[in-house]
Amino acid sequence: MKIFVTDYDGKVHELEALEGWRVMEVIRDWGQDIKAECGGACACATCEVYVDEDWVSKLIPASKEEENMLDLVPNVEANSRLSCQILMSEELDGLKVTLAPNSKT
Amino acid sequence: MSKSEISTDVIIIGAGPVGLFAVFELGLLDLKCHLIDILDRPGGQCAELYPEKPIYDIPGFPVISGQELTDNLMKQIKPFNPEFHYNRMVEKVEKLKDGTFKVVTDEGEVFRAPVVVIAAGGGSFQPKRPPVENIEQYEGKSVQYSVRRIEEFRDQDVLIVGGGDSALDWVLNLQPIAKSLTLVHRRDVFRAATSSVNEMLALVDAGKIDFILGQIASLEGEGDELSAVNIKSKAGDIRNIPTTRLLPFFGLTMKLGPVADWGLELNDNLIAVDTEKFETSIKGMFAIGDINYYPGKLKLILSGFHEAALMSQAAKKIINPDERVIFQYTTSSTKLQKKLGVK
Ligand SMILES: Cc1cc2nc3c(=O)[nH]c(=O)nc-3n(C[C@H](O)[C@H](O)[C@H](O)COP(=O)(O)OP(=O)(O)OC[C@H]3O[C@@H](n4cnc5c(N)ncnc54)[C@H](O)[C@@H]3O)c2cc1C
Ligand code: FES
Repeated sequence: MKIFVTDYDGKVHELEALEGWRVMEVIRDWGQDIKAECGGACACATCEVYVDEDWVSKLIPASKEEENMLDLVPNVEANSRLSCQILMSEELDGLKVTLAPNSKT
Repeated sequence: MSKSEISTDVIIIGAGPVGLFAVFELGLLDLKCHLIDILDRPGGQCAELYPEKPIYDIPGFPVISGQELTDNLMKQIKPFNPEFHYNRMVEKVEKLKDGTFKVVTDEGEVFRAPVVVIAAGGGSFQPKRPPVENIEQYEGKSVQYSVRRIEEFRDQDVLIVGGGDSALDWVLNLQPIAKSLTLVHRRDVFRAATSSVNEMLALVDAGKIDFILGQIASLEGEGDELSAVNIKSKAGDIRNIPTTRLLPFFGLTMKLGPVADWGLELNDNLIAVDTEKFETSIKGMFAIGDINYYPGKLKLILSGFHEAALMSQAAKKIINPDERVIFQYTTSSTKLQKKLGVK
């Protein structure tokens, strides 16, 4: 299972992912720069990613908790999601996301 | 010594769980503490990031929330009468010739003590800055992240961004004195007290304030004087709103901040310490909790508590070098129990 992550400089990284892991954890574990200050507790909004257009509809919609946290992102895009709230599963094999500037440490 | 200078045994930078528990361990050794934190209340990450979330690995507490742990710690250290200085950032720490430390805050207060404990955790909590071009240029004057002096908003064109309690509270408080007030939020759902939301909506209905669904696109002005904010509405069009005061409320984020400038040996932005005393590269300056680094370090509250206990022994030796410290249990020592006010 893989995900494709575009970093702040536009470089694409192919990262091995594991079932049940949060996308944020996959990104962090492979050493990509992501602040994720609250460690996935949906309490900081510093793990924002832009989801590739083709994948937006394949994700489980954001929960009320995630929407509340997205309020703390100063410039939310229509495809903004908190990567700690996306759980890896077979259906998401090949997911493409781009790190949002707000997630930089 | 100037009049405003505060002298004490130990200055603790950061009132997170670890800074709080250090008061207890130092207190048992008769050392008096002053704590300084940029937040407006104790608890650090526990209070700011996860007050309602459960913690399962505090020894003796199968489950406890971040806020409960903070409240319990405050209760536990009360007998030692620690003094708190909130809403203040420690900017400078300097070792003087006589071996004591001078600590200066952003408000210009000066503290003096023979021991400084850095319990700065993940760094100081600072407001999130919207990534809008040139916003720095207006900060301090036209752009503010909290209201310190309400008079600076009188007769101004105020624009508030956000959908939480801070945003709505300031809409309600500033509306009566502002020349005009506009609230901008990305959606029509608010994470604030229902009563504030209703009051705000009533003001919109009465035409006393404006509410725009959208986000900041760009700023216009000269020097530190803002004149207008361009708002990208949800529909995609840009609206130009005359604005002289902008208040963005997007919560806080941890930044290492001034800690990096205090001349300490750092290891990847963490303060290097030994594991006997948790002392930094500067004698008399200790670092405990999430901010320190040593081989095997775990960023857990539990580890921070242990570090606080060992650090306190070393601090005692610096402050009262000739006093013999006898190891005692709180369970059986009447002396310790007297200090705790239970005997
Ligand atoms: C969502 C979440 C869940 C967690 N769950 C657990 C758990 O289950 N178990 C566990 O053990 N740990 C957990 N942790 C980690 C735990 O919260 C930290 O280890 C702990 O808060 C560290 O305490 P501290 O006192 O060292 O620092 P902090 O809690 O970070 O407090 C530091 C304080 O210092 C202040 N400060 C810093 N610099 C300055 C300055 N220059 N001037 C003024 N003030 C300053 C900051 O504003 C802050 O209030 C969790 C963390 C998060 C985010
Ligand atoms: S890591 Fe904090 S909200 Fe995702």
